[in-house]
Amino acid sequence: MGHLQELICITCPKGCVTNVWKEDGNIKIEGRICKKGRDYIKQEYIQPRRILTTTVVVEKSPIKRLPVRTREAIPKDLLFRVMEALSTIRIKPPIKIGEVILANVSGTGVDIVATDELI
Amino acid sequence: MLTVSHLDLAIIGSGPAGLAAAVKAKQTGIKDLVVFERDQRPGGILPQCIHNGFGIEKFKEELTGPEYANRYIKMADTHDVDIELNTMVLEIEKDKTLIAVSEQSGLRKFQCKSIILAMGCRERPRGAIGIAGTRPAGIFTAGQAQRLVNIEGYMPGENIVIQGSGDVGMIMARRLTLEGAKVKAVAEIQPYTSGLIRNEVQCLHDFNIPLLLGHTVSDIHGDKRVEGVTLVEVDADWNPIAGTAVQMACDTLLLSVGLVPENELTRKAGISIDPHTGGPYVNELLETGVKGIFSCGNALHVNDFVDDVSTEGEIATRGAHYRIKGKMPGGKQRIALKGDSTIGQVVPQTISGLRPVMLSIRVKRPMQKMTLHVGDILEKRFPYARPSEMIRVRLPGKIFSDLKPGLTRLDVTCQER
Repeated sequence: MGHLQELICITCPKGCVTNVWKEDGNIKIEGRICKKGRDYIKQEYIQPRRILTTTVVVEKSPIKRLPVRTREAIPKDLLFRVMEALSTIRIKPPIKIGEVILANVSGTGVDIVATDELI
Repeated sequence: MLTVSHLDLAIIGSGPAGLAAAVKAKQTGIKDLVVFERDQRPGGILPQCIHNGFGIEKFKEELTGPEYANRYIKMADTHDVDIELNTMVLEIEKDKTLIAVSEQSGLRKFQCKSIILAMGCRERPRGAIGIAGTRPAGIFTAGQAQRLVNIEGYMPGENIVIQGSGDVGMIMARRLTLEGAKVKAVAEIQPYTSGLIRNEVQCLHDFNIPLLLGHTVSDIHGDKRVEGVTLVEVDADWNPIAGTAVQMACDTLLLSVGLVPENELTRKAGISIDPHTGGPYVNELLETGVKGIFSCGNALHVNDFVDDVSTEGEIATRGAHYRIKGKMPGGKQRIALKGDSTIGQVVPQTISGLRPVMLSIRVKRPMQKMTLHVGDILEKRFPYARPSEMIRVRLPGKIFSDLKPGLTRLDVTCQER
């Protein structure tokens, strides 16, 4: 039996609490949960992923910071490594919204993109 | 003497409510409109809300705050909306005159056919919750800290305690942790969080930040800078329980203890305010007690989701449309919606019974298996209800055909099954 985890579903505001473990190679979920919630809980058990939103330093502009995000969710345990990678980034205007600021950040295969424009 | 310009519609504030109202106005043929914005950029609070979770209803995707704002700013540009930046509205009057001031244009007076109030809300500060102790540097509201970190690029401190589990507080707990600070605890005076479960999981659990329910900061220590706080457990009446006080060293205290609709202009205009919401009393087109003046978004009542804020802006514009044309069907019919002791607030507070309406309701305390009644015209069952989650119930137009003529009041009640 794989390690037992208590996971809270955040698919909707209800916040259903489940117990999750692995048995004979299958993921078992205990607790009332909907279909959508079940998919989320499974992913959360196998590998939790999060969208990271943060800022990068802007140079040569009265604007000090540009907000950015990972285009898609990345493994949760890589959040701090990505923050570290972004701490050395310096950008200058102009930047378009959605523009790639750092491709394939920390080998995740996911790009960091601008979430605001910089004129 | 100030010269007076005429406007069909003045919108005060260019956040998600004001921008949505303006775009809707242009789309539906209101040409003569100005949006007044006191900041140097449009978007309201959204540019500093860099986290995701916005726009799921309006755009069917999960956007960050700046992205959501940009969608509306682009639409406003496309429709050639006149947004007057760096312009502060000083006064509005019952007769719908408005005085605005800006560096570029000085003092200006406008006579408006309709006005939409979309000023948003403010955070409750330290003074509103009466924490004892000294007055050192290092005490911020969560939104102030958010602005410092996300816009100005400064960290408010290194070792942080957060009072209140509002959404912005929890989001800042994560944000400051990612930026290298140590968030030592989030204390919440109530026995449940005041924010969304999603934020409790993704902002606190994800980073092992302790959430102390039924706790409050009772004292702040430090002379020049915060050196620590005293945390106590409280009973059901929020009184400190003797013997539970603990000291916690920290250099920064953030407060996330609620939001209050901003309505100085509204009050000055003599518009009555509902003490339950902190916003004006409105009907289903979000018209206040003064004909032609509408209120929407967080200036009306504090919302959970930005999408709902924008939708309210659009509803206010529909109302403004009638006033600009000079006709308000059902303007005289008023049925008051009265919440019982389980209900914290109901918006709108009056309806005409002529058109469908979306009710926004907050319960006062958490309930299980709750049944909601609106008079005898609607019964709806919910698996649960929490004060942190606004309940939205649509009353379809056909429901009103059963109403007794001359009805002036509908009671809104909640019971556990």
